[in-house]
Parts: sequence; structure tokens; C-alpha cells
Amino acid sequence: MNDLRDLYQEIILDHNRNPRNFRAIDGATITLEGYNPLCGDRYTIYLVLDGDIVKDISFTGAGCAISKASASVMTSMLKGKTRAEAEAAFQQFHEVATGHNAISDQQLESLGKLGAFAGIREFPMRVKCATLAWHTMHNGLEGKHEGATTE
Amino acid sequence: MLTAELAPLPVETLRQDFPILNRIVRGKPLVYLDNAATTQKPQQVIDAISRYYAETNSNVHRGVHYLSEQATIQYEGARRRVANFLNAGSEREVIFTRGTTEAINLVAASFGRKFLREGDEVILTEMEHHSNIVPWQIACDASGAKLRVAPINDRGEVMMDQLRALLNPRTKMVAAVHLSNALGTINPVKEIVELAHSVGARVLLDGAQAVSHLPVDVRDLDADFYVFSGHKIFGPTGIGVLYGKAELLESMPPYQGGGDMIRSVSFQRTIYNDIPYKFEAGTPHIAGAIGLAAALDYVENVGLERIAAWEHELLEYGTGLLQEIPGLRLIGTAHQKASVLSFVLESAHPHDIGTILDNDGVAIRTGHHCAEPVMHRFGIPATARASVAFYNTRQELDALAQAIHNVNRLFR
Ligand SMILES: Cc1ncc(COP(=O)(O)O)c(C=O)c1O
Repeated sequence: MNDLRDLYQEIILDHNRNPRNFRAIDGATITLEGYNPLCGDRYTIYLVLDGDIVKDISFTGAGCAISKASASVMTSMLKGKTRAEAEAAFQQFHEVATGHNAISDQQLESLGKLGAFAGIREFPMRVKCATLAWHTMHNGLEGKHEGATTE
Repeated sequence: MLTAELAPLPVETLRQDFPILNRIVRGKPLVYLDNAATTQKPQQVIDAISRYYAETNSNVHRGVHYLSEQATIQYEGARRRVANFLNAGSEREVIFTRGTTEAINLVAASFGRKFLREGDEVILTEMEHHSNIVPWQIACDASGAKLRVAPINDRGEVMMDQLRALLNPRTKMVAAVHLSNALGTINPVKEIVELAHSVGARVLLDGAQAVSHLPVDVRDLDADFYVFSGHKIFGPTGIGVLYGKAELLESMPPYQGGGDMIRSVSFQRTIYNDIPYKFEAGTPHIAGAIGLAAALDYVENVGLERIAAWEHELLEYGTGLLQEIPGLRLIGTAHQKASVLSFVLESAHPHDIGTILDNDGVAIRTGHHCAEPVMHRFGIPATARASVAFYNTRQELDALAQAIHNVNRLFR
């Protein structure tokens, strides 16, 4: 089960079991739903913005371990960050989960928790699970009201 | 079950007919348990299709030349083969379509235009595949008819009392699945047909899953329409069947216009062809029909009674194995069941189960199985579903159970 351990790394299993920021926020600045019709993953992302700063971020919903851990890691990373930093993290996550360039050990270290998602690229069927919450957050910051559907 | 009287199925020998079953995937021998999605093809079917393209390829019903005549004979032979397989009264009652989905769309559109009016009702069951829901929603939107739904119980069986209560003189159509792809339930379709006919309603039976697991006799069932897909009965994709009673098909308007479906065309007036051709516009999937006929030959050679008996054993065996797995809940525990083991685990989401099983070479389907109302009924977003065909073995079900234990271990 070596390959599987690349996908289901300890961080992912942990965040799936104990998701962080797993709650609704009443009166959030931005509330947006993301849905993957293919597998039924469905999450709502809540963002509280104070000017340029993500003051609070949380999520609710249900889905597979990959999608849930990804949402959990995202919320724990973005609290207190600026919009630009959140956007940069989104781009970085996208590159980690879907990119074709090899990731060096040094890069992996600097990626921190995001590095746990590097195994996803070997499982193309699961990329949409990993990116759902991030796309939803990104659409929310961009001012889209449509939510994300990864289809 | 008449199992005692039937010679046992030589499964290991039959497996040799299916080249793909020898494949190694992800370093493990393939354990193919996704037969409800599509079935594998025996060499006999693959050969029939290549032989057609290598030796006979030509258009049908049009040429005077030798090959066209041969292709027409084979294509029409396939139609007779299907009629015989379903025990239809005549091959005129067999229309080739792209599959189950197109067959249902054809009936919903054409029957709907002719027979559905404002205030009429169409009854479905809660366990229908989306392809037996959406075409009826479209037909109801167009006609002003109302859609009614017969609910299912916790085992995943149609609640017949409720179905009975829904039936009334305004009911024009009852559309029901014969064998549910999401739950494995075998519906009491003969009883459903009788009930529907007693109020003057017509019945469409979705046999997409049933035909490869149970003997089907449309005249015994007295079904008005019966539909299935070639690819789910060891035949090619892109070909399917609509069986319809001749007098109904004759009274219904065409579905699509084009070549073959007409007798004569002028800008003033077009005269439609007789059934079945009235419903087959354009060049059909000739190779597909021939491949399907080869598949039906194959299935009848093996014998559907024997297939049903063996699969029943497999299902019982698999059910036993799965029930021993901690945290596993079977979705679909009808008294009458075939082929399907749909389940959820406490430890892991179906999508994760699917990935982990795949890593062990075990191919199953995860998701809503195009039956979202069933998922809502059971309050779950999705299930993991293993579905057996006659070529599956007890050892393969052992591998399934082992792989599910691995999921529990990983997500402990
Ligand atoms: C019960 C049932 N009905 C209809 C369909 C649709 O069949 P097809 O996609 O071949 O048209 C399926 C296949 O998924 C099915 O299982």
C-alpha cells in the first residue's frame, strides 16, 4: 500500500478525522457553496474579511477524506492572511496537486502542510476532490456568487 | 430456486472467453466488480464485430449490391435474435436504439406526444435511474401531465400499497426498473403490470440491469415497453433495444426524422415507414446490432437460469462476507435481489473506498449511481457498489472483502 500512503498521508487522515474550523459563521462576509456532482462532495466556505485581511474562515459540509482534509488545511492556513496571500496559496496548492514539475525535498519542506497533497497528482481521478474547497474560496474572494462546481 | 436441477456453471472455463479478465491492473490481477456500470466482452462478441467490419461492412436497406444485402441480412437477423431473446411476438416490435437511455427518451417523447394530456399522470418508483426520470419530467412539462412517485421502504423495495393507492384512471404510464442498479432490488414487475393495466395505464420496464441476470419474457410479463442496453449484457456500447407492443408503436408518432424511417418524401407530404423502421432514422449501428446478437447467443448458450442460480450463490456469499466487516452497512436488502452489493462504511467515504480498492486491483463504482433520489431516501451522499456477473468467483469476493478491511485499517 505504498502509493496509497502517498495519497492518504498522516496529515490528511488527521484533518479528515478532526477537521479544523468545521463550523458555520453567522454573518460571514462571504458564504459560498462548492459542489462536485460526480461524487456528491458538498461544502460551504465562510469568510470573514476585515479590509484586506481574512479575519476568520471556516467550512461545513460532507465529502471524501481528500476533500475534507483539503478544506480543513486550507482554513487553518488562511486565517489572518491577506487576500493576496490567500490567492498565492491557492495558486501554490494548484501547482502542488496538479502540476507536472517535480517537487524537490527542499520545496516540499517549504510547502509545509500543503506538501501533504503532492501525492494527489498520481491520482488524477481525485484532483477535483482536493481542489474543491480551494476553488470555492477563490471564487468567493473574486466576488463570484456562483460557487464552484468541479466537473 | 431450481439450483439442484441445473448443471453448475463452468466459471473458470467461461472466464477464458473474456480476454480482459486476465489483465493485471496496478500490479494486481483485475477483480472486475463493476458489472452494473458495464460488462466485459467475450471473444465471440469481439470477433463478430471485427468479422463484420473485415468481411461485410456496408450500408443496410439501401444497396442492391452483394455486401449491402449481406449486411442487411445480418442486421435484420440481429433484430430477430433480440425478438427471440425477449420472446417478443414479432421482430417488428424490436427497435434498435443507442441504449436504454435513448429507448426511454423515444417512448417518453413519442408516447407522451400521443397519449399524455394536461391532468394525466405518470408514475415512477423512487429507485429509478435518472434515465427513467428525466425523460418523463420533460414529457410531463410538455404535456401538462403530473409525475407521481411510488416510495420505497428501508430495505429498498417498492411499497406496493402506496403504488396501488397512486393508480387511478388518470394514470397513463407506469415506468419502473426491473432490477435496480443502485440497490439490486428485483421489482415484482408482473404484478406492477397487472395493477397498471387494471386502470388502463401502460407500462415501461427498464431492463438495463435485468437482462444479464434474469430470464425475461416480455409476453409473459405483458409489458407494453421493455428497454435495455447492449453493453450491460456483454455486447458493445452504442446499441440498445426498445421492445414495444406493435399496436402501440404503430399508433405513436416518429421520434426522429431522416432516412430509412420514411416511405416517400416530398415537400408537400411525407409518408412514414412501417414499424420498426419508422423509429430508426438514419444509418443504424449495424456492427453494434451484430455484436449484440453475438452476445445474446453467448448468454443463451451459458443459460440465464444457470447464471441466475450461480449469481444468487455469489450474492449470498458476498453478503455474508460484507456483513462481517465492522462499520459496514448494506444499502439495499430487498428479499428479491440480484448482482448488487451497495454499501457505506463508517470509517471512510465511498470515494475513498473506491480509490483504495482500486489500488488492490478491485474495480467497483462509487457515487450516486445516477439514482440521486435513492441516496436522498437513505440520507447518504453516495455508496460504494460491487456488482457481480456470472464470470465472477468467490475468490474475487474474498479479495473485495480483504480490500475493504484494508480501508478500515487505513482509516482506523
Ligand atoms: C437501471 C438502469 N437504467 C438505465 C441505465 C442507462 O443505461 P445506458 O447508459 O446504457 O443508456 C442504466 C445504466 O447505467 C441502468 O443501470
